[in-house]
Amino acid sequence: MHNSDIIRDLQIIFSDVLDLSDLRLTAESNASNVEGWDSLAHINLVVAIEKRYNIKFALAELRSLNNVGEMADLIVKKTSLQGAQ
Amino acid sequence: MNATITKNLISQLPAEEILQKRKRFCRELASTQDLQPVRLAVLGGTTTNEVVDLLEVLLLADGFKSTFYQSEYNKYYEDAVHEPEKLREFQPDIAYIHTHWLNIQQFPTAGCSESDFQILVRGETTRFQSIWNSLHENIGCQVIQNNFEHPSLGVLGNLDAVAYDGQTRFVYELNLEFAKAANRNRKLLLQDLNTLAGRTGHARWFDWPRWYSYKILTTPEGSLAIARSLAAMIGSMLGRAKKCLILDLDNTLWGGVIGDDGLDRIQIGNETAVAEAYTAFQKYCLSLRRRGVLLAVCSKNNLDVARSGFTHPDSVLKLEHFASFKANWEPKHENILAIAQELNLGLDSFVFVDDNPAERILVSAQLPSVTVPEVGTEVALYPAVLQAGHYFETVGLSAEDLTRADAYTANAERAVMQSKFASYGEYLDSLQMVAEIEVFKPIYIERITQLIGKTNQFNLTTRRYTLAEIEQISLRSNYFALYGKLADTFGDHGLISVIIGRLEHKVLHLDLWIMSCRVLKRDMELAMLDVLVEGARAMGADRLAGTYLRTAKNAMVEEHYKALGFVLESEADDGSRSDWSLPLSSYTAHTKHIRIKTSIYA
Repeated sequence: MHNSDIIRDLQIIFSDVLDLSDLRLTAESNASNVEGWDSLAHINLVVAIEKRYNIKFALAELRSLNNVGEMADLIVKKTSLQGAQ
Repeated sequence: MNATITKNLISQLPAEEILQKRKRFCRELASTQDLQPVRLAVLGGTTTNEVVDLLEVLLLADGFKSTFYQSEYNKYYEDAVHEPEKLREFQPDIAYIHTHWLNIQQFPTAGCSESDFQILVRGETTRFQSIWNSLHENIGCQVIQNNFEHPSLGVLGNLDAVAYDGQTRFVYELNLEFAKAANRNRKLLLQDLNTLAGRTGHARWFDWPRWYSYKILTTPEGSLAIARSLAAMIGSMLGRAKKCLILDLDNTLWGGVIGDDGLDRIQIGNETAVAEAYTAFQKYCLSLRRRGVLLAVCSKNNLDVARSGFTHPDSVLKLEHFASFKANWEPKHENILAIAQELNLGLDSFVFVDDNPAERILVSAQLPSVTVPEVGTEVALYPAVLQAGHYFETVGLSAEDLTRADAYTANAERAVMQSKFASYGEYLDSLQMVAEIEVFKPIYIERITQLIGKTNQFNLTTRRYTLAEIEQISLRSNYFALYGKLADTFGDHGLISVIIGRLEHKVLHLDLWIMSCRVLKRDMELAMLDVLVEGARAMGADRLAGTYLRTAKNAMVEEHYKALGFVLESEADDGSRSDWSLPLSSYTAHTKHIRIKTSIYA
């Protein structure tokens, strides 16, 4: 899957979890410029994303992410690894 | 309609998807009518937000609007014992102490002796006891405490469950002490977290990465299991547990189709694996009946053929075990409506089990209030599916629960008798009814609370009270609160009516008036009023003030005060509320058919 497809997917998850129907997510979106993306919402976002792609983030992986683009990159990497197995 | 679909989704979706769509679900369900408010304090040894998020949406689906207080992470002890002021200000109805095995302060270490082990058990139990005591003394609310799941890392292996230095052994002992404490104190309820963890499986229960990241110990699946069990406990405390299990017959209570295969060919008994599984399910249903759940049959069958199934020598269930029996060719939802009417129960009191998915879809579409679990077609799993649904959760069995099913059978006999009399009054006299009507007594506090919680139809105001509140009311001198018990020639109905009156400026305000539908049309409300008036006069009241607050379920008592001779004082334009008044000076006793035993007539 391509990075931009993932961001479109993530937009659905984010707008559900944050309850923002008009949310527009871009690669540059991050916790400081998306309304309601606090530490508790973050937990729910991670749960929903892991379920959606059937992946588990490692502790260290999540710490290093700076924005949605990097998150999408990580998802691409993890899902393609899974496909290769 | 939206809310109905949402409720169905919530009963089936995995935790992750409920969490994702939680806010929308909450919004849709919050528009439901007649939501009952409940205030919950959650004091956790871990981060409790996920459990609380899930609990909020589950409670909404069950008809409760919850308001939460959450302690800071791992501040459960401090909040309860050192700073109860904040909690007192919040005024919770229920406080939930949510702790995991990681919150145990001191485990025994290698080489621990039996006596040191016992000292540690006492130390840990005392620490929790001081939490419960503080909450009861300072807040006066109900407390739910969960027991501990077994530690997942017992380093002694199998010996960990045996030796005094084993952590698993230590948890066994603590859980036993917690159970004893809950047995002694009815304001302390135990949530069996250990069984929930076992049912889920430790590999799917513990979530170590999330523990280190967020101090959440359980997987979303584990959190949902906790929230579902908790919602069932709260629902049961506030009277929303299910009351009746409606069962299909062919391929549900026995294998095969009795109309085609014949009585001698249906699968029941111990001869084959399939027959054994059906027998086990019948036994499970019978055990539910023994603890107060009513059983009913709803089957597409010829009535005589259907009934003959229970004459099978291996049938565990017998005809007399069913409070209602519908076997015909009408659609099942119509039969369920008839059962509800016959038993005088709301549709939300029923759980319907049928192996046929088409019947399940029909019933849940036509009667969204009826609970229709997805039981599948494997009868061997039916008991586990019903158990996991927490439908018949109970916080304590009363004497009423143990005899309820028989009482309904006696009701059927009364109906037969009624048809033999010329007038209704003559029938009432023949019942030789005796009512005991008294002010609240300590031994009945639990039953009174239970009855208030689950009475929806004959309920003028639908106000709910916790056990602690009822206890308070029974002690206050400005309250005049009555219970009524009724017995007749066929048996004892037990405690079936409650009135709570509050004296203010010579007016006795009737905050609550409820009666069990089991004793409708018996003139019991007249007997209650006679005693109420006597008591009110003795307190110095010169009139009674009654209020009717309309809900979706209490249309039955819209005319209650009018029928008793009260005068209408005011009425809301939309009919949602009416206020009534009864001057006491001219009142004379109404009761003709019931002998009243009371100490209130001095």
